[in-house]
Amino acid sequence: MDTVGTLFMPPEGSTFAGEIDSLFYFIVYASMVIFGIVLFGMLFFGLRYRHSRHIAEATTPGISHNTKLELVWSIIPTVLVLIVFFWGFHVFMKMNVVPKDAMEIKVTGQKWFWSFDYPEGVTTVNELVVPAGIPVKLLMSSQDVIHSFFVPDFRVKMDVLPNRYSVTWFEAKRPGIYNLFCAEFCGDGHSEMIGKVKVVNEREYAVWLEEGTSQGEGLSPEQLGEQLFRSKACITCHSAEGQRLIGPPVNGIFGHDVVLKSGQKVIVDENYLRQSILEPQADIVAGYDPVMPTYQGLLNDRQIDALVAYIKSLK
Amino acid sequence: MNTMPEKHYLNEKRGWKSWLFTLDHKRIGILYLYGIMAAFLVGGVFAMLVRLELLHPGRDLMDAKTYNQFFTLHGAVMIFLFIIPSIPAALGNFVLPQMLGAKDVAFPKLNLASWYIYVVGALVAIYSIYAGGVDTGWTFYTPYSTTTSTSVVAMTLGAFILGFSSIFTGLNFIVTIHKMRAPGMTWFKMPLFIWGLYATAIIQVMATPVLGITLLLLIMERVLAVGIFDPAMGGDPVLFQHFFWFYSHPAVYIMILPGMGIISELIATFSQKKIFGYKAIAFSSLAIAFISFLVWGHHMFVSGQSQLASMIFSFLTFLVGIPSGIKVFNWVATMYKGIIRFDTPMLYALAFLFLFTIGGLTGIFLGTLATDVHLHDTYFVVAHFHYVMMGGTVMAFLGGIHFWWPKMWGRMFNKKWALLSWLLIFIGFNMTFFTQFILGTKGMPRRYYNYLDQYQPLHAFSSYGSWVLGLGFLIMAVYLFYSIKRGPVAGNNPWGSLTFEWKSSSPPPVANFETEPILKHGPYDYDKIIPERTYS
Repeated sequence: MDTVGTLFMPPEGSTFAGEIDSLFYFIVYASMVIFGIVLFGMLFFGLRYRHSRHIAEATTPGISHNTKLELVWSIIPTVLVLIVFFWGFHVFMKMNVVPKDAMEIKVTGQKWFWSFDYPEGVTTVNELVVPAGIPVKLLMSSQDVIHSFFVPDFRVKMDVLPNRYSVTWFEAKRPGIYNLFCAEFCGDGHSEMIGKVKVVNEREYAVWLEEGTSQGEGLSPEQLGEQLFRSKACITCHSAEGQRLIGPPVNGIFGHDVVLKSGQKVIVDENYLRQSILEPQADIVAGYDPVMPTYQGLLNDRQIDALVAYIKSLK
Repeated sequence: MNTMPEKHYLNEKRGWKSWLFTLDHKRIGILYLYGIMAAFLVGGVFAMLVRLELLHPGRDLMDAKTYNQFFTLHGAVMIFLFIIPSIPAALGNFVLPQMLGAKDVAFPKLNLASWYIYVVGALVAIYSIYAGGVDTGWTFYTPYSTTTSTSVVAMTLGAFILGFSSIFTGLNFIVTIHKMRAPGMTWFKMPLFIWGLYATAIIQVMATPVLGITLLLLIMERVLAVGIFDPAMGGDPVLFQHFFWFYSHPAVYIMILPGMGIISELIATFSQKKIFGYKAIAFSSLAIAFISFLVWGHHMFVSGQSQLASMIFSFLTFLVGIPSGIKVFNWVATMYKGIIRFDTPMLYALAFLFLFTIGGLTGIFLGTLATDVHLHDTYFVVAHFHYVMMGGTVMAFLGGIHFWWPKMWGRMFNKKWALLSWLLIFIGFNMTFFTQFILGTKGMPRRYYNYLDQYQPLHAFSSYGSWVLGLGFLIMAVYLFYSIKRGPVAGNNPWGSLTFEWKSSSPPPVANFETEPILKHGPYDYDKIIPERTYS
């Protein structure tokens, strides 16, 4: 199994990755030939006609042009780039025409995490679980600024816009875990906006969906909260160990006063935490930027309870 | 034995007033040179700090906010304050009237005004650093740029003001080239550097107003809350990208075309040979200038732009590549049967050919629809851009600086130190940026403060390269400044070149020539004349 990729390219994780790589390497080899000609010409002429090889000063031949030669070096590159253009267009269309039988997942980008909504009602954050061998259509939009959905191993990239839907698709070839990056600069947490695409086989996928609809049973609220703190990407901006990240740390704050941007002091209680999760712009802690998106719709009541319980438990 | 002329443009008048109120194009060129070298230093320091931070994943010396401001400042300073004015405003100002056999540019007062506008624009842009910095990247994409809390307005206002400086210089050059050529200098007897500057000036005059309008709209949106680009106010963020690239793609040709002009001069002079395909090179400059207005959408293949538009932009992009390829072949063919000397400017011309060819060929990957989807917004783009802009324009600029340095100051730099510095720059550049091609194809996105461990070895190697590169520039700064006062006297025509500017003394008199020059031979008639080299 190809897990390393080639010198330049990462492993080929999607069905069309191979076609893109073939074109990529065609351009690499053609470029190497052209570069070789230029380099050879430079070095050969430079050495052959260098000044020290001339005994006396002399004029040089007045070659002003050579129509045949110029036609050759205009036409051959033109033909080559036309081949590359049509080839690139052909593969591009395949990458843009979504197969009719594709399953659809809604992707939402926001500062600074990805969320995924499945037709079955499951919602995940920063983890896109898909079955191998089935085309997946992604319907994408952003809550704030422009993001870009990029999975290098799939050779898939598409901007995620705040005012319209954008669409892309892929079919993963085999189970595995692949990196998902945000490729459009979106602010302080841009490089933390990293998710995973988890490709599983069809049977595992069905099981996962079923578990997803009944998440977290058998866990204490604190345990579930700890899990959600990670899986819902709170951890991208908030430390549970006291570090100052993009947002304030969450440990040891419960029951204490916090100074807001307005200068007002409030006490951190259950309602303060709940409001900060659902309406993060309402009370901004002094010294931080109002950049957190709302989690309205991403968490149900039970999950909010669990997160509050977890934060309460942190010392 | 060479001697310095008694009176020349540097000593005819003295004192700071004689510089700040000068109308002499040569002195204005020198003023610009100081400005852009200061900008290059500032932009370079930001680049070194960015590379230092990227040595390891996570925090090395700054937080994400500071890092984002540093890469934005690196880009904005290098583009707007250094590379756009570098060749046209500094070298072009100094050389263009001399090459044409003219006393000055057509509008000397406008010329001085454009320098002052440059200074004001630069100060406003630098003010943005004190006012909280800018963290949008030099591309100012909306709606990030309309919502971030940093001082985007100051920076865009700076770029807006700088645009006028660029337009005025372009206008001045167009009129000068049309009206002030010496008797006998027909269009096709002009040196190719003039053709390069002419094509550049056309783009400057035609494209820069679009950037001005775009930045003004951005400022209106931020200050007056008029919804143009921000969807929260009913605007369209992709519209900004169209506007922005409608200027900024032609702008990369503002950056490269004058560099190509310099390369034509260098290859012909140091091969002592008639330039191969003069008309092909001249016309390809104009072809590039016009087609460059029609390719902006190739920055937007994954932006949500329609596939049909993407297809057309991809096709036109390939068309604009062909004339650049033809130029490279012409330059190599010029060396055939020449008498080739590897003086410092020629070394930079050869470095240009090597690096610019890589830069151009890697552009094919990005103009091709299917491969661009993977490579867009990764380090591959960063590497491609630096190969074209630094490997291309900056190498040509350095070649030009070394070429005309003895004309500017009358003295020669130390060639041994120059060779060492060239070697370090060439090696350091490839270490820094070739590595980034691989980072990009492996999927490393650009503008990342933090990154996954798998990319660390390549990032570290790239950062080591930046130190070699920095050392090369440091050495250059020392030997160039040293030579201004203490270098050996170079004589009128140290390289044995046939163009007009070498007929006057070095440094030239205030009026450029003692008597009005008349063109007796073409700029590259090395088949008829062996010019004497006054320095060896």
